[in-house]
Amino acid sequence: MAPEATQETTDEVTTNRIQEYLTFTLGAEEYGIDILKVQEIRGYEYEAVTRIANSPEFIKGVINLRGIIVPIVDMRIKFSLGEPEYNQFTVVIILNVNYRIVGMVVDSVSDVIALSPEQIRPAPELGSIMDAQLLTGLGTVDDRMLILVDIGKLMNSPEMALMDDDAAKHAEA
Amino acid sequence: MTVDMSQFYQVFFEEAGEHLSNMENLLLSLDIESPEQEDLNAIFRAAHSIKGGSATFGFTDIAEVTHILESLLDRIRNGELALQKDMVDVFLRAGDILKDQLAAHQNDEESDAEAARGVCEELTRWQHSDESAAPAKVAQPPESTPPADTATAPEQRYTITFTPSSSPTEHGVHMENMAAELGKLGSVDILAEGSAEHPVWRFALTTAAPEEAIRELFDFFAQPTDVVIESAAPAPDEEEQGYGFFTDIAPPEEETEQGYGFFTDVDAVRKTAEEEAQGYGFFEKIEPPKETAPAAASGGGAGRREAGPKGDAASPGKRGGDKAAPAAQTESIRVSVEKVDQLINLVGELVITQAMVAQTASKLPPDVHETLQVSLSQLEHNTRDLQESVMSIRMMPISFVFSRFPRVVRDLSSKLNKQVELKTVGEGTELDKGLIEKLSDPLTHLVRNSLDHGVESPEKRLAAGKPAKGTITLRASHQGGNVVIEVIDDGAGMDREKILAKAKERGIPVSDTMPDQEVWQLIFEAGFSTAEVVTDVSGRGVGMDVVKKNIIHGMGGRIEMESHNGAGTRIIIRLPLTLAILDGMSVSVGGDIFITPLTYIVESLKPRAEDIKTVSGRGRVVYVRGEYVTLLSLHDVFNIKPVVTEPQDGILVLVEAEGKKVALFVDELVGQHQVVIKSLETNFRKVAGISGATIMGDGKVALILDISSLVRLSQG
Repeated sequence: MAPEATQETTDEVTTNRIQEYLTFTLGAEEYGIDILKVQEIRGYEYEAVTRIANSPEFIKGVINLRGIIVPIVDMRIKFSLGEPEYNQFTVVIILNVNYRIVGMVVDSVSDVIALSPEQIRPAPELGSIMDAQLLTGLGTVDDRMLILVDIGKLMNSPEMALMDDDAAKHAEA
Repeated sequence: MTVDMSQFYQVFFEEAGEHLSNMENLLLSLDIESPEQEDLNAIFRAAHSIKGGSATFGFTDIAEVTHILESLLDRIRNGELALQKDMVDVFLRAGDILKDQLAAHQNDEESDAEAARGVCEELTRWQHSDESAAPAKVAQPPESTPPADTATAPEQRYTITFTPSSSPTEHGVHMENMAAELGKLGSVDILAEGSAEHPVWRFALTTAAPEEAIRELFDFFAQPTDVVIESAAPAPDEEEQGYGFFTDIAPPEEETEQGYGFFTDVDAVRKTAEEEAQGYGFFEKIEPPKETAPAAASGGGAGRREAGPKGDAASPGKRGGDKAAPAAQTESIRVSVEKVDQLINLVGELVITQAMVAQTASKLPPDVHETLQVSLSQLEHNTRDLQESVMSIRMMPISFVFSRFPRVVRDLSSKLNKQVELKTVGEGTELDKGLIEKLSDPLTHLVRNSLDHGVESPEKRLAAGKPAKGTITLRASHQGGNVVIEVIDDGAGMDREKILAKAKERGIPVSDTMPDQEVWQLIFEAGFSTAEVVTDVSGRGVGMDVVKKNIIHGMGGRIEMESHNGAGTRIIIRLPLTLAILDGMSVSVGGDIFITPLTYIVESLKPRAEDIKTVSGRGRVVYVRGEYVTLLSLHDVFNIKPVVTEPQDGILVLVEAEGKKVALFVDELVGQHQVVIKSLETNFRKVAGISGATIMGDGKVALILDISSLVRLSQG
């Protein structure tokens, strides 16, 4: 589990320090999230997921993670990227954000990359595609572009439907 | 140099709280006409202990109130003043004030000084109500008593070594207080002052007071093992003498004061007894104090530690039994609930893991792995036992809730000018601590309701040919896997016509032919009250809906009612034994497993095709034993593609909640399990129709149905 002290620090605090990002792919795009929010990485076991009725399509259900009930979201469905396939290479990133544990299905996990502030450019307004507020910025590594997501904010956002409204407000406060 | 006493505050608050509730219980059980001397002594001891502690910690407001309280109590127990009912009222009020003051200190707030002064004045008035019979020496507080009187107790020189077990990192200002308190017993020299690196204090004390009195001083802020009291010059003869005077005759009050209340705190006595066994003691030649102490001393205190943090709340029923038991057998430790819950969680995991291993192993050929199978069944046995024992840690007797009602009934009946006797049956019935806490509010509402609306005024009762004194009975018992709590009154009963009229007035759809049970449930509607006048007791219509909400939603319980006009009302609450584990029936719908709590299930049946009817082409009902019951397909509710589409091919689980029945249509019944309840909301959100989740033997998550909300859903 990530140390608690890092829980509340948002990705905005990218001052002059070099930060490490876990990168993963969704379809053809490469994303990065703050490594300190990642608890562990697991394989996706389709059989082990219990569906939750009447929830959005990207919420796959809940799993038993060593006795803790953890919801699983499929970011490929959420971002409409690529065909969601579930095979032995499908990976779940278990995140520990805002004192909550959430599993996130991605196509594959690439590596851990250290980015200095100069390597991060602010994200342009993307209109309705994605709320720019949820992005820390766009990272450049060689010729690759990394979409850096503020995963804490994203998981908190109402559109993820992961929290009751009260809890979401509380987490933001 | 001083030690920071704030680290001991919590202990003082807890102990003072215990003393207070003990005092209240004793006051309530007192027979005004001929009070038991033992009880009076116990009340005095409680007040005295609080005073000692609060003075040591510098809580002067508490010390002031307890001082006056104690002086008055002392006169009563010495038979100088006759106990009166009004006096008990003032004592109870003083107890409330002290509780407020404690809470204020605990939260760093200001307490209501005005109220405290009022009570103090009243207490003083009682104190001087019989001036002629009050010798001056009685009113004298123990602190100002001259330190020694060699005629009754020879002076002793003690060396006290005080080592705080949780070593303080910074020093406060209260060590002087302690030295000052010691000084009141005799002359004191500080031999060594503690420091942050070496937190050991040594005092030399010359006093006539017995060792117990010194120990009692430390009692509020130290572990018994933190304090070592050595007699500088052990003189067995004098010791015997010192102990002896309590066994010979009842001591004259002067001596009791001087001895700083030899028996004022049984714990102190017992601690010595324990230390004696540990080899700390030096009174080798005499019997441990518990033997010489009269039964009176063990009455109030011996049972206290036994039942846990709030032990004395439970003691009225137990005191009798404990008197004979040696104090050492009632040993217990305080453990935070958090730790217990963690233990319960871990054991829950263990049970699941064990089930997973067993399931995997059952696929192996048994002839080859016979020893494995045998060991696994042994493991299963052991884990079940372990789970049961761990769960039992959280179990507490219901007397923790019941014990507050004598006060509630007493206060309320005098306010309403009614005569009511409270009977409690089955106080020993155990249930989960979490339930105990949640039960307190709803039960208070129910008892208040019975008192206000149920039991009639003495005149009305006499006119109806009933005894003037009404009875409210609280009864708890185990029935199957449930705890059943009944609130019974022999009052007027509920008026069906009045409730129906009121319901119509409020626009609640009712019919005159509704069964009684449904009519009674109406009183649980929000804002519903049949009281003609709104009083500060009840009538605003809040309360009963809270009761229902708490019991049904908060605890997974059920409420039933029986009422007969003129004969009284009986409210029956059924609760699960614990909140952490649930007995459930697992059902499958389109390959998904759901758990239905057993408490809601009336029956399961396979319907005949001709018993299924449709209403206006859409809603379906099923005819069961002369009743039409709404049929609710779980696969429709949860948008699942079912294996079975026609009810006659599947199973109907008839459930009942809030007095209404619904038939849940599922594919099949899978089995009956005891499941550990997990919250979905910890990492996710509330899901409609689901109350929680659990982990099945195969490691998969299964959702637990929220029957109440499903029943409401079916009602449209």
